[in-house]
Amino acid sequence: MGLDLKSERGVPLDKQVFDWRELAGLPYSKLDSDAFSRVRVILMNGIEAEALRFQHAMARSQDGELRRALARVRRSEQHQQTLVNWLNPADQSPLETTIGYEQVAIEVTSHIAKHEPDPYLAQVYRFGLLEDFDHMYRYAALLDRLEGKDANAILQGYTDVMPGRPTADEHRHPHDDLRDPYDRRTASPLSKLNALTMVAGEHQTHDYYMHVGPVFADPIARQLYAEIASIEEQHVTQYESLTDPSETWLEKWLLHEATEVWNYWSCLQDEGDPRLKQLWQRFLDYELGHLAFVRELFERHELRDPWEIVPATLPDPITYESHREFVRETLERELDLRANGTRFVSREQESAESLAYRERINRGGSPSETVAKGWTWRPGGELLAPPEVAAMH
Amino acid sequence: MATTKARGPRKTGSSTGAKRARKKPTDLGTNRTGVQTAPARAKAMSASTEAAPAEPMLADAMGRLRAELSQEAPPIGTMPVPGNLRGVAKTVGKALQGEKATVFLDRLGERLAFERGGVRLYDAILAKLPAARLSEGTLTVPEMRRFRDEELAHVHVVREAIESVGGDPTAVTPSADVAGVEAIGIMQVLTDPRTTLTQCLGALLTAELADNDGWKILIAMAEASGQDELAQRFTLALAEEDHHLASVRSWIAERLGIQLGKPLPSTAFGEPAQPT
Repeated sequence: MGLDLKSERGVPLDKQVFDWRELAGLPYSKLDSDAFSRVRVILMNGIEAEALRFQHAMARSQDGELRRALARVRRSEQHQQTLVNWLNPADQSPLETTIGYEQVAIEVTSHIAKHEPDPYLAQVYRFGLLEDFDHMYRYAALLDRLEGKDANAILQGYTDVMPGRPTADEHRHPHDDLRDPYDRRTASPLSKLNALTMVAGEHQTHDYYMHVGPVFADPIARQLYAEIASIEEQHVTQYESLTDPSETWLEKWLLHEATEVWNYWSCLQDEGDPRLKQLWQRFLDYELGHLAFVRELFERHELRDPWEIVPATLPDPITYESHREFVRETLERELDLRANGTRFVSREQESAESLAYRERINRGGSPSETVAKGWTWRPGGELLAPPEVAAMH
Repeated sequence: MATTKARGPRKTGSSTGAKRARKKPTDLGTNRTGVQTAPARAKAMSASTEAAPAEPMLADAMGRLRAELSQEAPPIGTMPVPGNLRGVAKTVGKALQGEKATVFLDRLGERLAFERGGVRLYDAILAKLPAARLSEGTLTVPEMRRFRDEELAHVHVVREAIESVGGDPTAVTPSADVAGVEAIGIMQVLTDPRTTLTQCLGALLTAELADNDGWKILIAMAEASGQDELAQRFTLALAEEDHHLASVRSWIAERLGIQLGKPLPSTAFGEPAQPT
């Protein structure tokens, strides 16, 4: 089933062209599109944002040919990101989009955790999963209590809404967010693609909450976004620390392009919307073009075989489906897990530094606790429940 | 290193311990938005742009692009297929068929979204009351709370109506979706800790005006669709909404009169203006 990267050269860079009308084209329908189409759009915006972020970071220490090469590829990545991100419709409020972001986190992390071959890395993903799961619960409560809306209009029944590892307990000392990196010489290609996908997803989530948090007038909304954005920064630190720091810049660039190819190819497999399917095919071909371009640079500059870094055949794609059972099983087994340094420990073994940090940052109250006090998801929201339940909270 | 002058003890105000009077939005302050607050800079800006001819008529380029895209765009969304045969049977049984059923259900969905959002708007304005000056005027916490509970009761009136004609009250219809977008600005005003009760009542008035006409439209649609029982239930809700609207109007007039130092002359708000 895998994509053969040796034979697929995609579309050359200079043929990757756009105009403004298509960049700011018709969005998907918030009401009619399948939730996983929204999930794919959100994730691929994150994948492209990560491509852009990485290629800018790399450019700061390059000159000559590599600097020019980065600028060329980046231009295409930036326009791809625009086209993808502008698929989000304007009638989807920032808070509704936030629900979509957390659905991405839950379902994509679940898939990755289930299929990750390294047990330690899989544990890292499951650890983060239960925290994003709780964020969903808090944001869903806010959506109900602030806008009077039901998060399930976005989730479409694919993802449960209930407490996970309490957000108030997720605040840790920075040293307890760092994990052990994979070894670039021995890690499976899938492990590397998984790690980069997760970094991309969490970093864009952090950035999104930082952008929209201050847009809210409601003080609890502002505090909740501040709180959860802080956890997302913790998650970016966590997933980013999984990548081997001894990978060279070009090696990392090659892996980034392979990650983009893998993700667009995954989207293509499951997409039901014909217009979006065409888009995923087009951008898969563009990324194959980037990969071919960067492979050639890697060979010339590092005098190494790129197929030592990137597999000739990609691993199985991410499947876009509900992971309800996996999440419930993980909740049952691992809700009380905490972190101490790079290890996962029981609650009693948390570091004194994390406990002190948590106590300090929660000192003024916990917005994640306040917003969801007494709230349970029910179809149509709290107000559609029998009147005695919907009395003033 | 710079040195600082030694300072003596800080002098306190004449009313030691008295709270500083709370700032009002109508106090004179440092609002910098108008050109009159920086006339020299405004003059310099105008001098910079004098050379460029202004052609406001060309602004219709925006309008033309909008019109073109509006012609091409699909709808925001569509109506859900009834989830079960019982739903279909109800729709047929109540003499609502095909497109007529979905037009009515779409508006019912809109009303439900409005009422649900309305409860949350009232939750927000209730949170403003402890900090507001309520000693003058007729606005009371119990009455505001009653309005909130009436909005909640209206939620259930509409929910039951949707179920009675075979619809899914948890579905977001296209008109419900648009109602949600409309409400965002009002919600932002009511939940901002910096807005005054008078400003919030102004925003609430926008909602109550739309609410009032929304019920009237729904009653007319129910009657046109032969849904007389529903029309009667909606009429009861409208009576309560009429009272909400009249109350919010009079509260605003009272508070502005207090701030002006003089009650507003009796004004029949909402009546069409008569030519003089």
